[in-house]
This record gives sequence, C-alpha cells and structure tokens, in this order.
Amino acid sequence: MTETSTARLGGNRGGDEPSLALLSGPGISSETGDFSSAADWIALLKPRVMTLVVFTGWIGLLIAPGHLNPILGFTAILCIAVAAGAAGAINMWYDRDIDAVMNRTARRPIPAGRIAPGEALGYGITLSAFAVGVMALATNWVAASVLAGSILFYVFIYTMWLKRRTPQNIVIGGAAGAFPPVIGWAAVTGGVDTMAILMFAIVFFWTPPHFWSLSLFAHADYARAGVPMLPVVAGAKHTRRQIMGYTIFLVPLTLAPWAMGLTGAVYGIAAATLGAGFLVCALRVLRDQQNDVGISLTKDAPARAAFKYSILYLFVLFAALAVDHFIG
Amino acid sequence: MDLPDRISREESLAIGKRRRGRNWLMLGVLVALVGLFYAMTLAKLGSGVFGPR
Repeated sequence: MTETSTARLGGNRGGDEPSLALLSGPGISSETGDFSSAADWIALLKPRVMTLVVFTGWIGLLIAPGHLNPILGFTAILCIAVAAGAAGAINMWYDRDIDAVMNRTARRPIPAGRIAPGEALGYGITLSAFAVGVMALATNWVAASVLAGSILFYVFIYTMWLKRRTPQNIVIGGAAGAFPPVIGWAAVTGGVDTMAILMFAIVFFWTPPHFWSLSLFAHADYARAGVPMLPVVAGAKHTRRQIMGYTIFLVPLTLAPWAMGLTGAVYGIAAATLGAGFLVCALRVLRDQQNDVGISLTKDAPARAAFKYSILYLFVLFAALAVDHFIG
Repeated sequence: MDLPDRISREESLAIGKRRRGRNWLMLGVLVALVGLFYAMTLAKLGSGVFGPR
C-alpha cells in the first residue's frame, strides 16, 4: 500500500482526509480491520527486533547440556519468536499515542489507523497465551514459566511502568530482551544455572550502550513523545559517559564464561576481540566532536557506528558461544 | 453525521485484496499449526510410534 492510499484510507491525524468511520459502509468497519493487510499484522510482531531474540534463544538451546528433539527445539524457538512478537504487539497497543508523534514509528499499523487498538491487544494476548501453552507442551514448565515471565516483564514492567517514568527504563527493561537464551537453555535442561544466568547478564548489560547509542541520534523523536530517554533527561554528555561505563563493565562480564571454565578459548578470544572493538566504539562516542552540552557536531556518526556495531557484536558473540561449544 | 452510503470501486477492490491477503495468511498459519502439532506429537511419542506393537 502506498503512503498516499494509507493516508486516504487510514490516516486521520489532523488532516482533511476522511476518517475510517466516515469510510465505513455496509460490512466495513474501523473495528474489523478491513483496512489492514497481512503485512500489517506481521509488522505488529516487530519482526526486526525478533531476529536477535530468536538468535540468542537458539544459541541458549544449542549450547545447553542435554538433548532435545529437533522438532521440539524448533517449536521452542518458534514459541520464543511468537512470544516476543506478541509482547511487541501489546507494546504497540499501549504506546500508540507516542508512536503517532515519533517519525520512526508513526507509520506503524495502529497510529496509521490500519489496525484498531483493541484488535492489536487481542492479537497480542492470544499469541502470548499460545506461545506459553505450546512451549509447556513441547518442552517443560520451567521454560514456559520463564517465557511467560518475560512477556509480563516486557508489558507491565517495561512498557507500562518504566518506559514513560524513568531514564533507567531501558536498563531495567533490558531484562525482557535478556530472557531468550535462558528460555532456550531451560527448554533443554528443565532448569536455569550459571551459564544461563551469565548469558542473561551479557544481554542485560549490552542493552544500555546499544539503546543509548540509538537514542543519542534519535533523541528528538523521544523528546517529542515525552519519553524520558537518558539523552532527553540527563543530556548527551552524560549519556556518552554512561555508554562508556556500561561497555567497560560489559567486556569483562563477557569473558566470565571463559574465565569460569564454562567455555573454551575460542569463545574467550572472540569475546576479548569483540569487546576491544566495542570499547573503541564507545570511546569514539565519548570523544565525538560536540558542543558544550554534548550535542554531536558530526551528526552523531560515532553513535550510529556504535549502534550498528553493538548489533553485530551480540550476534557474533553468541555465535562464538555455539562455535566454541562444538569445536572448543 | 454525513456518512457516505458507498465506497468507491477502487477502494472496494483495495479492501478485497487486503482481505484476501489476510485470509491466505490465516490459511498458511492454520496449515502450519496442524503440521506443527502433528510433528510435535510424533516427537513426543518417540521414534517407535509407527513400529510393531
């Protein structure tokens, strides 16, 4: 669907275009989702965010001691993906007001008027219940419980409680994204032990430098929406120091599995090399050419580079865990 | 309220196309679910499920 037709059929954000209600005729209602395409329902699941979640969950499942039938393993990963998507749909339902005022999110199906908020909420709740139920059937109740906990944490703790109240929103809320490797691990072992907790901690402490790098160059959007991201509340200079601080803490943490003898040298070397790269990125963000209050004079080029690198960093770090497991 | 009685032919076609897209997606999801539950059942029952009793 083109932007023009989207606005014509669905948009009613202060323009002269007809609203969904005005276009409603026999059998066509704004509440039935007749303006939505299949792609809109897929977009509600935030598929791009899902990629990292699925990958870390898969690695957790892959390196866990024990055996899980490949079909049940696939089902467990599918459940993690569906649960992440469902939580994303509920997040879009709750955040539809701020999504509408942010450039990055204004074209999402709910603020664009193509999917009714209530439908998105029902979709998210249904998929959440499905994911948890199937996870319990395919693997065990520990994995299903952690999966349910991660959905509830993302929806109630991050989305509804923290996101609009504190600049520490993504620090604590980052826990939601750190659950997948634990779920994958629990699906195989039926429990949660040291390695699972370390994987959780790595993703948890990776999240702040990752997200704050993004928020450094997207802070205008967050400010417009009234979301208290760190650069909006404490300023860019403070955010740069925080990115550096968390990265300094993260790098030795990623070496812990190797230092504790839980992984081999392959992972240790990868973690050290990748960590050095992340530290360099964080240092460049800290030393970016900036004005008195820390606003970048280089269009936040180092922050953009750090954001991209952080994604690659986590992918390769977790891939190294798997490689080490099989050849280390 | 000034509600139009009908929508234009173009809009009607566009709505029909999107509705068909959603229906095909739903069909794909349902077929995939049937396959998934079948495969899960076989996996849970074990490899000897089709073997002699």
